[in-house]
Amino acid sequence: MTDGRPLVDVEWIVSNVDDIWQRTVDHVVLTVLAVGIGLLISFALALLVRRYRWLAGPVLGITGTLYTIPSLALFALLIPITGIRSILTAEIALVSYTLLILLRNILAGLEGVPPEVREAARGMGFSAWQLLWRVELPIALPVIIAGVRIATVTTIGLVTVTALIGIQSLGSLIVNIGLAQFFFTAVLIGASGAVVLAIAADLGLSALQRLLTPWSRSRATAT
Amino acid sequence: MSEAGGGQATTGAVVSLERVTKRYGPPGTPPAVDDLTLTIPAGEIVVLVGPSGCGKTTTMRMINRLVEPTSGRVTIDGEDVMRLPAVELRRRIGYVIQQVGLFPHLTVADNVAVVPRLLGWKPARIRERVEELLELVGLEPAAYARRYPSALSGGEQQRVGVARALAADPPLMLMDEPFGAVDPIRRDRLQNEFLRLQARVRKTVIFVTHDVDEAIKMADRIAIMRRGGVVAQYDTPDQVLANPADEFVERFVGADRGLKRLSLSRVRDMPLVEPLLMHRSDSRPDARRRLAAAPLPYALLIDDARRPIGWLAEDDLEGEGSIGSHVELDPPTCVQPETTLRDALSAMLSSGVQLGVVVDERDAVTGLISVDAISETLRAGQPAPAT
Repeated sequence: MTDGRPLVDVEWIVSNVDDIWQRTVDHVVLTVLAVGIGLLISFALALLVRRYRWLAGPVLGITGTLYTIPSLALFALLIPITGIRSILTAEIALVSYTLLILLRNILAGLEGVPPEVREAARGMGFSAWQLLWRVELPIALPVIIAGVRIATVTTIGLVTVTALIGIQSLGSLIVNIGLAQFFFTAVLIGASGAVVLAIAADLGLSALQRLLTPWSRSRATAT
Repeated sequence: MSEAGGGQATTGAVVSLERVTKRYGPPGTPPAVDDLTLTIPAGEIVVLVGPSGCGKTTTMRMINRLVEPTSGRVTIDGEDVMRLPAVELRRRIGYVIQQVGLFPHLTVADNVAVVPRLLGWKPARIRERVEELLELVGLEPAAYARRYPSALSGGEQQRVGVARALAADPPLMLMDEPFGAVDPIRRDRLQNEFLRLQARVRKTVIFVTHDVDEAIKMADRIAIMRRGGVVAQYDTPDQVLANPADEFVERFVGADRGLKRLSLSRVRDMPLVEPLLMHRSDSRPDARRRLAAAPLPYALLIDDARRPIGWLAEDDLEGEGSIGSHVELDPPTCVQPETTLRDALSAMLSSGVQLGVVVDERDAVTGLISVDAISETLRAGQPAPAT
């Protein structure tokens, strides 16, 4: 059935451009949702760990274990609970994979705040809340964004796998059309689309970091 | 009060510690600060000095409640510090630490503006205040305001730290080894700058250091503390050096405390000797007669503006005619009224004629100071330092 079709079927691409675009948007939405929710949960966990030091071991242990479960297995395990073709199933798995990276980087970023900066802030009358929002988080931002970059790139890759449980994304081009019909062009478009998304996200976030933390650049050049 | 420049009308606050004890462990463990009572007068620099572990930093941190006392009372202008929320209390107290702790993510201007922002000042007032403060600590606002701390030298960072602590015009400043991390030459400059600044702003300053020389230089009063958080002596630098309370203080201030006292007094505190002055146009026989009648074996040759040229001894004045310009003379050692006696002595000892020529700001001679006179004041335990 593939006989006679060229390796890269431009005609197919042109006639399916709307569909490809839609899958790309789906892909981005799934990724942003996963990283966004992951960031909120990791942030809350980071605050808990800083407040109750003894939680550090268990929390990092659990997120670390989640990270080691093969993605396909995790989707399969969740299906009986949250159902197939369910965004919820996909997101629970995707969010789980972001937690370890994000939590580790948030903690590392906050721990990287020089103790004398914290001491000066306390001595000048910052409340604990002001210290966190106005001093610690801004200073931790480069490390946190570095974590978001890794988590985002990883998630973009993982989203393609959700096609196997019936979620629409660039992955569905690969699985439902490419593999199901042995149609190489669809595999190529799905895969390269995901790669381009990953690279764009990485560059975009790195630009965002430089924009938000102009001081970290001047430090790098001054020392 | 005082010659308050730049709208600095505030005078310092009186700080008082009453039977303050701090124990880090449970009851029974040795206290870090033990039953300490100390009154710090308004507008003075009080230096807490002592070996490590003497509780000086703990004592200071109890004033802004970074450490809370186990028992006793700390008051600022009569008000118990425990009555106020800690955060509010701290915004009213300037705080400078050794590692400065500037916020790396904020520009110099935003660092200085931190406390005024916490206090909710209007942006225009903050801008004005930041500029005024940067000028006060000698940092040109146009050049520095928008830089980040990482682009500053250690000394510049410390000056920004001082400006930041002064931002909300607090009556009280706490300074924990503020100049400990800079090299000796810059430290000396920063100390002088701070003393000049203090003469204008007249804050109450509580200053912690382990360096006796720094303590003597900066302090209006020194509290020498020993291990276990006890004050061994609380007095003016001169009294601490002249009459150490006990062996511990004597050892702590060092065997050269006599010399150290000399750095407390300045040339202007000393009685000056009238020099025998001569001009190039004076006749030699006449000059010989005048020198023979004078108490000192030297006369000072000066120019028309009373600037010293050199010392004349008897053999320089032999023959006839005027003194003229062909004579080779010992160059005079010149000192200013602000020179410390220690520096003056050191300069005089290394010159041929052991007399210092005191000159004014136009280099004109105002009098002489002798090595003998300085050693006399040391013996007599005299000069009251007029800082």
